[in-house]
Amino acid sequence: MTLGEAGQGGLTIEGLTKTFRPKSGPVFALDGVDMVVEPGEFVTLIGPSGCGKSTLFNIVAGLEAFDSGHIRLDGAPSHDRLGEIAYMFQKDLLFPWRTVMGNAVLGLEMDGLSRRDARERIGPYLERFGLAEFTDAYPDQLSGGMRQRVAFLRTMVQERSIMLLDEPFGALDSYTRTNLQQWLMGVWEEIRTTVLFITHDVAEAVYLSDRAYVMTPRPGRIQTVLDIELPRPRESGIEITDAFLGLERNLKAELHLHGTDDHDG
Amino acid sequence: MGWPPLVTVLLVLSAWELFVRWQDIRPAVLPTPTDVLDAMWDDRANLWGATWITLQTVFLGFGSALVLAVVIGVLVDSFGWVRRSIYPVIVVSQTLPIVAIAPLVVIWFGFGISSHAFVVAMYTFFPVAVALAQGLASTDQDAMNLLRTMGAGRVRLLLKVRFPSALSQLFTGARVAMSFAVIAAVIAQFVGAVEGLGIYMLTMKNALRTDLVFGAVTVSSAVTLLLFGGVVVLQRLVMPWYRPKTQGDAR
Ligand SMILES: Nc1ncnc2c1ncn2[C@@H]1O[C@H](COP(=O)(O)OP(=O)(O)OP(=O)(O)O)[C@@H](O)[C@H]1O
Ligand SMILES: [Mg+2]
Repeated sequence: MTLGEAGQGGLTIEGLTKTFRPKSGPVFALDGVDMVVEPGEFVTLIGPSGCGKSTLFNIVAGLEAFDSGHIRLDGAPSHDRLGEIAYMFQKDLLFPWRTVMGNAVLGLEMDGLSRRDARERIGPYLERFGLAEFTDAYPDQLSGGMRQRVAFLRTMVQERSIMLLDEPFGALDSYTRTNLQQWLMGVWEEIRTTVLFITHDVAEAVYLSDRAYVMTPRPGRIQTVLDIELPRPRESGIEITDAFLGLERNLKAELHLHGTDDHDG
Repeated sequence: MGWPPLVTVLLVLSAWELFVRWQDIRPAVLPTPTDVLDAMWDDRANLWGATWITLQTVFLGFGSALVLAVVIGVLVDSFGWVRRSIYPVIVVSQTLPIVAIAPLVVIWFGFGISSHAFVVAMYTFFPVAVALAQGLASTDQDAMNLLRTMGAGRVRLLLKVRFPSALSQLFTGARVAMSFAVIAAVIAQFVGAVEGLGIYMLTMKNALRTDLVFGAVTVSSAVTLLLFGGVVVLQRLVMPWYRPKTQGDAR
């Protein structure tokens, strides 16, 4: 599934710091973030609003500069990552002037595929993503859940070895959200690329990931790393097992008791 | 648009008709609307000929303005030094009164269509270029960032995000420009022309054919409305996804 030269999807972040310096005064956003993500892992990032999660993604994607620290892809120092990592933003950012198909092929178009080849690549997924009837619809005719699926499809078909998903289900009702979580798991079990996933939702983090990084409030640091050792594929119903509920409880405790009880995971 | 404005216009025209008949005003001073229609019908061949010339002038002038506006709008947006060196000049050009400029242009370029088209271009260029530059500048930063993560450089950012997202403002500028393109052409022809609605009006005024002066005015308004409608239709075709906001949109 991965492009030959695009690597395996290993990501190492060491001592990453970032301060924004707008005219209104400096904002200390990230304070020495360390992460190690193995190829093919599904890792969630969870932390209070404004702690720097999106900032971290922007830096990893290569959109934003940082002050100090290192980022390595598959062990090699990396300087310009633009074009190498697929990034699904917190907003769906569907282009209103493009149809569902037009939006989905955007990344492929940027990779230089002809319109026809790109459409052929997308074709088989439309059914799978529940978008087949909406191929030629414009985004403003879609429900929130569908918009997220289009945005995810656009990200996925880029076939990068690393995907960044910034709260893809944040704005959805809990029913749609649960549906899309199961659906995402299904898709990911097949493609198995490295995924970094931001969420505010503890159960979502436990259900989806191999590991959860809990961040402190701003300036963001990694407070705890929690391994989620639940069997895959994750069956529906897993969320009421003792193992799941235990992990959920641990994670909740970390989020509410940060700073008082400093045991590293 | 709907019915209310149509009703207003009909009421005004009826009042006008009744007033002129009741006061027995001479047609050379103020003809009735029906007089005007009669006269237009009788002189339809000349009137149509003049209209056709004016239409060509507008198309030529507005067409060149559009092309130039896109080029300049993109340059102004892309390069700081272009913005600083050209923008003030463009703004100043808009402060020059058209009645002062038109005679000069006619002296320089003659009585032909291209000279009048130049005047049209000069005054329609501005709203389009400014609207486009503003549209380009107000493109959503995140939409551009998304494309950058896909490896797009400046040119593709322009073509794939900035230009499409500026289209609706470009059309707004085009509608504004269209609303006075015909007037600009008529004024330019008024100053000196062989053919066209402007010179037709002047000739009829000198011949005391007030009814035909009104006739030419009527035609030029109708042409403006048609062209304006044409831009609206074109926008629907070019931007099939576009839904104007029901309230507060400049339509
Ligand atoms: N371009 C910027 N200039 C100045 N400050 C910024 C900029 N981008 C982000 N910030 C600030 O940095 C901090 C971290 O922002 P960020 O968007 O990364 O938070 P987040 O963890 O993603 O929050 P949320 O969960 O609400 O999305 C915030 O205080 C934000 O105001
Ligand atoms: Mg965020």
